Amino acid sequence: MELLVFVLASVMVLAGAVGVIAYRNPVHAALGLVLTLFGVAVHFVSMEAHFLAAVQVIVYAGAIVVLFLFVIMLLGVDRAEDLDVEPFKIQRPLAVIVGASVTGLVIAAVVRGRSTLGEMSDAAAPGDDNIRALARNLYSDHVLAFELTSVLLIVAVVGTVVLTRRSRRPEVSQ
Amino acid sequence: MIAAVPMVDPVLDTDDWWWQPLAVVGLKVLVIFIIGLVGTMFMVWFERKIVAGMQNRVGPNKAGPFGLLQTLADGTKLFFKEDLIPDRADRMVFRIAPFLAFVPAFLVWAVIPLGGDFTGGRDGTVTWFGETTRVQLADPPVGVLLVLALSSIAVYGVMLAGWSSGSKYPLLGSVRASAQMISYEAALGLSLAAVLMTAGTLSTSGIVANQSSITNWHLLSTGVVPFVIFLIAMTAELNRPPFDLVEAEQELVGGFHTEYSSIRFALFFLAEFMNVISMSALLVTLFLGGPQPLYLGGVDVLAFLGPFGGTAWLLAKVFIFLYVYVWFRATLPRLRYDQLMNLGWKVLIPIALGWFLLLAVLQVGRDRNVGQTGYVVLVVASLAVLVLCYLLFQAALAVARRNRESEGAAY
Repeated sequence: MELLVFVLASVMVLAGAVGVIAYRNPVHAALGLVLTLFGVAVHFVSMEAHFLAAVQVIVYAGAIVVLFLFVIMLLGVDRAEDLDVEPFKIQRPLAVIVGASVTGLVIAAVVRGRSTLGEMSDAAAPGDDNIRALARNLYSDHVLAFELTSVLLIVAVVGTVVLTRRSRRPEVSQ
Repeated sequence: MIAAVPMVDPVLDTDDWWWQPLAVVGLKVLVIFIIGLVGTMFMVWFERKIVAGMQNRVGPNKAGPFGLLQTLADGTKLFFKEDLIPDRADRMVFRIAPFLAFVPAFLVWAVIPLGGDFTGGRDGTVTWFGETTRVQLADPPVGVLLVLALSSIAVYGVMLAGWSSGSKYPLLGSVRASAQMISYEAALGLSLAAVLMTAGTLSTSGIVANQSSITNWHLLSTGVVPFVIFLIAMTAELNRPPFDLVEAEQELVGGFHTEYSSIRFALFFLAEFMNVISMSALLVTLFLGGPQPLYLGGVDVLAFLGPFGGTAWLLAKVFIFLYVYVWFRATLPRLRYDQLMNLGWKVLIPIALGWFLLLAVLQVGRDRNVGQTGYVVLVVASLAVLVLCYLLFQAALAVARRNRESEGAAY
């Protein structure tokens, strides 16, 4: 049963990921991303992390990708892009390096942490304990990181507003 | 995997797998499906009849007694109509979109407690075929969050329907819809958080069990404000009048479903009405105790229904809100788009956030046993902070308004 769920969810994740890259239409690519996020949520559920699964769907699928789609629709870039044009020359080699190193990092982490991963999967917390444990961790041990993240988000919001409202000339308002 | 099951439903917590658990689950799925469809049929008729009454008309009265079968007739007609797909449509997405709207609307029913005995501290479990279970399809530990997740999936249905139609009015409608639904989801979530904090649990049956008497109903124990915000935000979330800018007929033809016909249109229509019922049920579950009876002078007036008393109470309460929605539609004119956004961002979200913080402070006071004077200090201090925030907020709004006016904006 567990294996079946794992395989199905993994197929979802991988198919979505391939879709994000392979689809030429940005809207279809965004939908591929949604599929991937759902697969991850299923993985969370099968590992008893119900809260994380719900938040995964609400925040990532429900807010972030909707925002992506919103921007795609609003800007009308929902046509295939010309892939021959490269705005920044260094972008592609850099992408290859970053992709390879992230893959290497993940594989290294899994290989090194195999023993700890095995132990974690038994730590099933019933009911609300899952949320309590998460909250305690977030708001006591990592409260500084948490606050810094919120500061980062505020700075990002203020920055966006300042950038969009830079011009003060009357004709802009039309 | 198996360890997770008892939390979702006690009936599955058995080593003796025979027909009883399967029968219980199968029956519940069937009942929810039937409630969904029949309820929607009824809701369409109910709305047409009430609006007609309010506008001094008769409304549907030909098909069946009191026109009750009118929806069935309309549905049958829709099924036999031609299914058109526009030339410029994105065919795959165009086909998927109605289901993305329809399926979440159905799934919300799975986590709503539809009955059971919660009185006197009982946990609402019942015994069917010798198996203990709840009168709800599933009781996951994240119950209410599941509803939020589903409503955020429903945004996709509206959004993709508009985009994939390949025509401009649906696109405008869906851009409006997604902006509106995302904006009001924040206010909805904040007022929901107030309830969850008071209840101390996310599971829907736990929330109902926590509201054992009318003073414990979250309507009163969270101080009415979250309830009002939830009601308004929910109306906006459902794209019901007065927040139905998504399909404003005079401006956008029909909004996101302009290009849909036949059964695909029927699915959108069904999803919309089903959402009205299921969200009303959610509202009742969160704020009005769901299947909990209301004691009038110490007497449960629906007690003679026996085991169906809880269900009858739930239906009675849901009914009130269904009527309220129709009433809204018949009474209130549609908001302008900037009014909609102002209400969402500048009124509802700040109030919901402020109220949530106030409730959090009170909760901390209760948890730490600060005593009478401690309480007074807490309340005065937090009110002072809130007033300060309000003044800052007003100052910010005034500056923004002055800037807009200096740029020559119309409003």
